[in-house]
Order: sequence, then C-alpha cells, then structure tokens
Amino acid sequence: MFRSCAGLVALSTLLLSSAAIAQEKIKVGVTATLEGTYTVLGEDGIRGHQTAINTFGKKVGDKELEFIIASTDATPDSAVRAVRKLIEQDKVQILLSPLSGDEGIAVKNFAKTRPELTFINAASGAQETTYVDPSPNFFRYNMDGAQWQVGLGKYAYETKGYRKIATVGEDYSFIYTQVFGLVLEFCGAGGQITNRQWVPLGTKDFASVIAALPDDVDAIYLGLGGADAVNFLNQYQQAGGKAHLMGGSIMVDQTILSAKGNAKNALLGTIAASGQADTWEDPGWQKFVKAYQDAFPPNKRFPSPSLLATNYYGSTMALILALRQVNGDLSNNQAKFKEALAKIELDAPNGKIKLDSNRQAIGTNFVTEVVDDGKGALFSKVVKVIPNVNQTLGYDPAVFSKIGLPSRTVPECKKY
Amino acid sequence: MTRFIERHPAWALIALIAVALLLWLILAVWPPGLEEAIGRKRVFLNAVLNGITLGALYFLVASGFTLIFGLMRNVNLAHGSLYLFGGYVGYAISVWTGSWILGFIIAFVAVALVGIVLQIAVFRRMEGQDLRQTMVTIGLSIVFADLMLWAFGGDFYQIQTPSWLIGPVELPLVTAVKSSGEAVYLRYPLVRLVIFVAAIVIGIVMWLALNRTRVGMMVRAGVDDRDMLAATGVPIQLVFVAVFALGAGLAGIAGVVGGTFQSISPGEDTRFLLASLVVVIVGGMGSIPGAALGAVIIGLAEQLGSVYIPTYAIVVTFLIMVLVLALRPQGLLARR
Repeated sequence: MFRSCAGLVALSTLLLSSAAIAQEKIKVGVTATLEGTYTVLGEDGIRGHQTAINTFGKKVGDKELEFIIASTDATPDSAVRAVRKLIEQDKVQILLSPLSGDEGIAVKNFAKTRPELTFINAASGAQETTYVDPSPNFFRYNMDGAQWQVGLGKYAYETKGYRKIATVGEDYSFIYTQVFGLVLEFCGAGGQITNRQWVPLGTKDFASVIAALPDDVDAIYLGLGGADAVNFLNQYQQAGGKAHLMGGSIMVDQTILSAKGNAKNALLGTIAASGQADTWEDPGWQKFVKAYQDAFPPNKRFPSPSLLATNYYGSTMALILALRQVNGDLSNNQAKFKEALAKIELDAPNGKIKLDSNRQAIGTNFVTEVVDDGKGALFSKVVKVIPNVNQTLGYDPAVFSKIGLPSRTVPECKKY
Repeated sequence: MTRFIERHPAWALIALIAVALLLWLILAVWPPGLEEAIGRKRVFLNAVLNGITLGALYFLVASGFTLIFGLMRNVNLAHGSLYLFGGYVGYAISVWTGSWILGFIIAFVAVALVGIVLQIAVFRRMEGQDLRQTMVTIGLSIVFADLMLWAFGGDFYQIQTPSWLIGPVELPLVTAVKSSGEAVYLRYPLVRLVIFVAAIVIGIVMWLALNRTRVGMMVRAGVDDRDMLAATGVPIQLVFVAVFALGAGLAGIAGVVGGTFQSISPGEDTRFLLASLVVVIVGGMGSIPGAALGAVIIGLAEQLGSVYIPTYAIVVTFLIMVLVLALRPQGLLARR
C-alpha cells in the first residue's frame, strides 16, 4: 500500500542527484495536490508529468532540467505557500503550477509579483485565471472548465432528450466554471435548470444533499471530484438513488472510474464532457496511453491516464519544447522563452493546442459516455469530438463579457 | 428532572413546546403552506435522521475521549489519530478477509493495544502533569499522522458496505400523501440505521458497565477521587490501562464506521479530534450522557445547517460551542 508518488519523488530526486554535476541546471518547481480531497488527482498529475519527462527527456541544449515537487491541498493559500517555497528556498526559475481552480487564480495573482519568472499552469481550470486581468507571465495549455463542457448541453438536450436538470457541485471556482459552460449551452438549447446545489470542497456526509435532490428532473449533473465524488456515489448508492446522471470533467474521469469499491457503477451510462476521452482512437492519444501504462506498474496507476495526467503531460511538454526552441536561454527575464511559449503550437495527446492573446489554450473537447469494458473496468467512450474550442465558447467576446463571471448563480438559465 | 422543572418552570415549558413541535414536524403530514415556506418534508426528515446518525458516529469517538478525560484528567489530543488508525486497520482487514464485522473486532483490538502502549509507555510517566501530557499528545498526533501518510499514502479509502446493508429501507414515517390518498413513506439507507442502533447499544452497555458493575464502580470512584481510591487498595494503574484501552478501542470502531459511510484519508484525524472536542465541550467533559447529547446536537446542527443555511453551515457548530461556553461553561450535562 506504499504509494507511488513518494517513491516517484524519491526516484526523480535520486536520478537528478546522480546526473552530471558540472552541467548547468534549469530548476523547475512543480506543485500538485498531494494532500486532501484531491490527492488522487495530484498523484496522477505527477504521473502524467513523469510520462512527459520520459518521452521528451530532460536535456535542453547543454543544460539539464531539474524538477522539484511541492504538495498543496487545493486551497489557494496552500498553493501560494508551495510556490513561494519553491521560489525562495529552492530557487526555481520556472513554475509548473497549480492543479486546482482556486489555486490557479491565486497563483496567477502571485505571478504578477514575480514578473521575471515564468508560470505554466499545470492543470487548473477556473475561467477567471486567464480571462480576468491575466498575468503576462502565466501560460495555460489546458482549456478552462467551461470549455471542457462544450457539447454536453446540446447532447443532453437533443440526443438524450433531457429537458429539466438539477446540478450538484463543489463550491469553488472550477466547478462554477464547469456549470457556467453547461448552463450556457443547455439553456441556450431550450433546457431548464431547476436547482443548483453547492457543497463545500471536502464534504464527507452527502446524505442530506442527496435527500434534497429533486425528483421531477430528467437528470442530475454532478460537478464533484476526488474523495467528494466517491463519497457522494457511495452514499447515493446506499440511499438507493436511480436518476440519470451527467458528469463534469473530473467526475467522469479515471480518478473516479477506477476508485475501489462498486459505488462507481452508478456512473454507467452517464454522459459527460472533458478535454479527453479514454477510448479515443487517435494514434497520438493511443501512443500517450501506452507511454503512461509502460511508465508505471498496473497497481501504481490507473488503467488509462486521467484528465490530470493529460494536463500535466501537456504543460510539461510545452515547457520542454519551448525551452528547446530557445536553447535554454533564460536571459533578459526569460523574454525569449516567454515569447516561444506564447507562440508554440502543441500536438498534444488530446488534440492540437494553441494559445490565444490571454495565453489561454484553444483546444479540442470531447463528449463522452461511460461504458464497461466487459471486465468490470469503466471507461469514457467518445461520442463527439469538437475541435477549436476557445475561451469565449464561440460567443462574440462582447456578448460573452456581458454574461458575467462564473459563480453560484451566474449564468442565468436563458439564451444569451 | 422534576427538580429542573421546579427551578426553571419557564425553561421547562419552552423545552416542552420545542419537543412537541419537533414531534409534530416529524410525524404529521405537512400542510402545503409549510412545504412552500421551508421545503419538502422528505428533505427535513432526512436531515434530522442524518444528523442523528452522524451524531452516533461522533458519540463513538467522543465517548472514548470523554471517558479518558473523566478518569485520568488527560486531554488526549492524539484521539483523532486513533480514529484514523482504526479506519485503516478496518479497511485492511475487510479487504483481506472480506468480512466487515471482523474489521470492527480487529480494529477495536489493534487500537486498544495502541492505547495500552500509550498509557504504559507515555502517560504513566507523566501522571498528574496535565500540560505536559497535552503537549505530548499533540506531538504524538503529528508523528502518527505522518507515519500513516507514509504507510497508506494520501489516498482516500472506503470500506465496502456488506451487500446485505446496501440500499434503502422504508420507514413508517409519512413524508407526503399522493393525490390518490396513498401515503408516501420515507426511504432511508439501512447501513446508517444499523450503525445508529449499534451506537445506542454500545452507549447503553457502557452506561450499564459504569453504573452496575464492580469495575464501573471503581472507575466512577476514580473519577471522583483518584487518590482516595488508590489508598483503598484498588490497582488504580490497571483501571487506568483498561479505561484507556476501551476509549482507544471505541475510537478504532468509530474509524471503521466512518470509513464505511464516509471515507478515511489524511486530515480525518484532526477533523474528528475537533468534532469530539466540540462534542465534549458542549456535553460536558467527562460525562458519557453529555457526550451522547453533545454528539446529537452537533450532528443535527451540521446536517440541518447544510440543508437550510449551506453557506454558514460550518459556523453553526462553533456558534453552539460558543453559546454553551458563555452560558454554561462546564457543559450541558456536567456534574460539577
């Protein structure tokens, strides 16, 4: 039961310390949620990060990359503390951080106080991070929570015939962003949202939340992740829940689909949308899945990489490739490196990624449905692939800015 | 009871009306106006039952805590770690043997053993030095937390509910009446009811053991005057060890319960330490009935709070604690 990540960290430090001493090093600080509700997500993120290092190597010209990992617990202050520690104690020059939504907003704000350094978002997906007052040295190569829901609302309304749904979500920026994306599309198609329930991150006892779910809806949308999602499903099953479910991007994800126990079976047939789909046929994706599977023994990883592994892979890939383009030149406040980062176009496992003027990813989104592979393992199967999803979700920027920022009650359920 | 009514007739009347109102809310079919004002009855009933069953879990943790404090005047701040350890042991055993019940037994024994070692190796050495003991337990809880993080990782574990306990049962409580006149009964998860009943049984057995047996007599005497009890020739150290083992074992059982209807992960230790501290402060340090009352109050406050005032739910329990500390600092049911 010894966890992989401790070993992983130990291994990577070991490898690093034995590497050529005389060589000049570029220090990169990495944060992941290795504590608290999102522990499993953080661990798999680090696996994705490691897979990228295996694939692309750590050499940049005549320099060697050194990665230092710090742990957070999904709260903004823990992320800023970890980032500060990496900068002040470990003297890192580049950051690959953070994982979770609220952390992202905090780290972006912190990034402004250190304009000479470069921050590459690892996996966080709150809209505000890059949409409101973006920081010139903060780059995000994954889409935000709203982009990750593109396609779901229409699919639920048109194909599944859901007309009225209710949502349950964790009470923080990333899930606000996810519900934002869902509501815009679902209500735009003519659907109705009867009820939005918000629960604190790290809720253990969902019994009352489950009791308060409305009966007269066609489906219930779940925007939960990590331990919260597993707790919810476990208690949902104990309470005998039978409604149709819809899932957010970290709800229908290997972090939940391969959890121990049988509560996850409640998710069979659930429709969801995310920046990836487990069973996508694309050769690039299949190659990444293979690399991930080969990098770790089966009991130390998920059957297939989670969204977090994919995001960490993508951001690590961007970091290494952009550094190679400038041959590891970090002079002049890393100006050349930042320029390369802004321009780079990634051929990521989950489709092509390029950045907009706010340094926010434009990428591919997937609508999926949960299926059983016949041996009891659950996977998300592709239903629809939507390329070129931008942060304003295809809306005219002026219209989009009038909708308001994602929150408990925004957007309203209407056609914008 | 009668004395309380004689001394505070007004308060007794208010309490009576509150109880009657609560019973009416639970038993009667709600008129439509009420449903419009505060939501459906099903939600309310569920929240009440959830509060009580959550209270049962809190009681299991807090009763050991308060027992140890009552006898040894030792605020064991490593109590949360014992809870978490019990949960991990229960998980490992139930995965290994496939038996849920066996998980309880072994978790009880294993955590009780840890308690015995703690009492003999640590607390006996600094008997009577309250502050030193408290500081040591804080240190120990940090060491335990890191050891468990090392052994079990940051992952969350969930103990499998046995298949005969999965799913809801219908309770004879009417939540609504359909237009056809047919009554709709409340459906509630069986596993929570079983755990609730088990907690009541444990509470009654503990009360009987304390009030009706020779050992219980010694423990009560020890709570009142430790030195005098020792002077009468009772092997007081043995009683201490036994009580510590029992208190720790109960925390272990609670860990398995917590792992079954919630989940266990790092951080749960401090959460449950905090919960049991609040429970015993509200109920009264050292009192078993106090722990039961406090646990139900805190459980209800958390669950009703999460339904009716979700934004401020976290504050409610602490508000209750502050109120109790302001009006009755010794706790609701404390004897002294």
